[in-house]
Amino acid sequence: MIPLSWYLIFAAGLFSLGLFGVLARRNAVAILLGVELMLNAVNINLAAFWRYGNVTDMTGQVFAIIVFAVAAAEVAVGLALVISVYRSRNTVVADEIDMLKW
Amino acid sequence: MTTETLIWLIPLPPALAFFLIVLFTNKNKALSHSVGVGAAVLSWLASMVVFFRALGVEHLGEHPFVSSVNWLPTGDTWFKIGVAIDPLGAAVLFFVSITIFMIFLYSVGYHNFGQPKGDHDRAGLPPHGATVTDEQGHKHTVPSVEPMYSRFFAFLGLFAFGMYTLVVSDNLLTMFVGWEIMGLCSYLLIGFWYGKPSARAAAIKAFMTTRIGDVFMLLGIAFLYSATGTLTFREIFTEEMLQHLVSIDPHFLGLTGAGLIGLLLFIGTVGKSAQWPLHVWLPDAMEGPTPVSAMIHAATMVSAGVYAVIRMFPLLSLDHNTMTVVAFIGTFTAIFAATIAVAQNDIKRVLAYSTISQLGFMIAALGIGAYVAAAFHLITHAFFKALLFLGSGSVIHGMEHGVLHTGNHSVDPQDMFNMGGLRKKMPITFWTFLIGGFALSGFPLLTAGFWSKDEILADAWANGHLVVFVTLALAAFMTAFYTMRQITLTFLGEPRTKEAEHAQETPWTMTVPLMVLSVFAIGYGWVGIPENFLNLQLAPSWFHEFVGGTLAEHPEVIPFNPIPLIVSLVVALGGLLLGWLYYRNVNSAKEDFFQIPLLKNKYYFDEAYQVVFIKPVIWLSEVFTYKWLDQGLIDGILHFFGPATGGIGGFIRQYIDLKVINEFIGDGLAAVTQETGRTLRPIQTGRIQQYMMLSLVILAVVGALLYFMLGAGL
Repeated sequence: MIPLSWYLIFAAGLFSLGLFGVLARRNAVAILLGVELMLNAVNINLAAFWRYGNVTDMTGQVFAIIVFAVAAAEVAVGLALVISVYRSRNTVVADEIDMLKW
Repeated sequence: MTTETLIWLIPLPPALAFFLIVLFTNKNKALSHSVGVGAAVLSWLASMVVFFRALGVEHLGEHPFVSSVNWLPTGDTWFKIGVAIDPLGAAVLFFVSITIFMIFLYSVGYHNFGQPKGDHDRAGLPPHGATVTDEQGHKHTVPSVEPMYSRFFAFLGLFAFGMYTLVVSDNLLTMFVGWEIMGLCSYLLIGFWYGKPSARAAAIKAFMTTRIGDVFMLLGIAFLYSATGTLTFREIFTEEMLQHLVSIDPHFLGLTGAGLIGLLLFIGTVGKSAQWPLHVWLPDAMEGPTPVSAMIHAATMVSAGVYAVIRMFPLLSLDHNTMTVVAFIGTFTAIFAATIAVAQNDIKRVLAYSTISQLGFMIAALGIGAYVAAAFHLITHAFFKALLFLGSGSVIHGMEHGVLHTGNHSVDPQDMFNMGGLRKKMPITFWTFLIGGFALSGFPLLTAGFWSKDEILADAWANGHLVVFVTLALAAFMTAFYTMRQITLTFLGEPRTKEAEHAQETPWTMTVPLMVLSVFAIGYGWVGIPENFLNLQLAPSWFHEFVGGTLAEHPEVIPFNPIPLIVSLVVALGGLLLGWLYYRNVNSAKEDFFQIPLLKNKYYFDEAYQVVFIKPVIWLSEVFTYKWLDQGLIDGILHFFGPATGGIGGFIRQYIDLKVINEFIGDGLAAVTQETGRTLRPIQTGRIQQYMMLSLVILAVVGALLYFMLGAGL
């Protein structure tokens, strides 16, 4: 069986990839994609810990499913926001959407 | 149903009718009067059942119908309230229920039910008439329906409830409650046409004047309760309780406890029954609609006053001084009001003063100990006076018809000098009014008034009260005189105005009560014919036997004496004859010899009260209390404290608020916060990715710190 650490390393990689996307990409849609990557990295961790922990109860899987659901909702809201911002500001570049400043 | 239960239920229908009309049916005139009259019928039926069952009981005085319930816990016993019907109560219930029923019925016609709505009638004013166009296209002015028709029946219902409560009560407290309910209702009903300033003033006057008596009465009740611990009549009128009351010395004018209580209760009656010196409200109460006058003057309120003293007779008769006061007030009122009545021109005012005078007869009778005679006159008077009042209402109604016909509203439909010859126009009203008038005058043998008034005079003579006898005989003479004056001016001769020519007989709802009451105005006297009348050895007087049984000691039948009988005949017939002889030739107020200013202005009692009581009170409230005390003293003190506290406040504001709180704490904090905010502003770039970067860095740093610091220990 593949050791647990492999999964964790893979998940950490995926998480970092997502984090990089969130921090570095200019396009708001891409930032959302990054967030999704980070969430899925967490899902891998959950599934892995469940598999290597107490298999009889379903906590890890249930958690993962809840995360899916939340992620789906989050994407729906996020994309709607992006579209809405695009309509009023005519841009989806995160740096240009900076009205929340002094 | 047992009789006791029935007695409890008697006052209920009118009270229910009041709430039903007020809450639900007041929009619908027909429904409202159906409810009202229906309730009156129910109470009347119940009263009749109780009355006839009471007739069937032997020695009802010793074994009255009683029923009581515990009401208020007082220490270790209960204050009880309940109902009782003894012979006096039954006799009073009989006439009360009949007159109330008749008045309800009469009100339907009096308030023009079935007539069209007035052209410009407004709530709070009497109806002015409506214009209708008949088939030929002629316009007529006809009477219009009262705008507040339902309201009238509601008040009447509450009034009836008060009276029934008073009659069936077995104790002074619930009796007083009924008494006060009637006081309120009389206020509401006298002021029924509240759009008229005179009606408003009369309502307030009636309420205030009776209130004076009621306060004393309440004092009497309180004294009685503190002395005996009970207010139930049966328990008070026992031998030992009465002896106990006599033995109390209240240190007041040499009266015994019983005497003082009796006097206080009697003052309540003076107010309610409009005896001198509290008589002033009753003539003004004529401002109300005529059924109200009949209700107040005959069936209920004023009778209630006399009923109360008759009820309290065992207590009153204990003290000689109190009885003297009662006799004096009654006798004086009888003659005093009779002289005023001679000079009045308003058909209802004559009757009002006549009522005061007749009530004086009853009070005087009671004062000389003629218990049965007082009760007898109370009942016969209630019948014929209700008849007269309703008759005068019918006359006024007929005259108003004439006024509407001619359209000349300057003619007063209540002034007797505007009438004349109405016997042809209003035959039913005439004949019934004649019966009522003759009963009031004491027309011999036939009418009820003769038997009751004769009994009072006979009692006065037999007991040696010569002053009372002479005064009452004189008053009786005047009664006959002004009654005949009224009849002559109103009905006999020729019409003196066009309005009188066009007067019209009133609808059946008004004439039927007149006919029913005239039956009693004649027939009720026959139940009280003394057994030794003319030494004829007749059957014992039913009334004397029945009502006399209320007292512990059955009052003795006085021996027959021709002198009071002859006096009674002479004054009644002489008064009637003189009245007719003189007034058949008088056609206007100017020709009337008796229009003496002193009498016409009621001995200036209103003016005197105005100067002696009302003006000082107004001065006290407006000048002394308001101007001097309120504006001068109290406001003066306030005006001193106002600037003083203002100065202190100004100082605090100047040196503490402004300097310390505002500038140092308030403005200082604000400045610091503002400066900090300005300094920190550039951190907020608004770029979300920078924020995230920052939080990542901080997370990393904190994570590293925690790891190394905590990890070192792991």
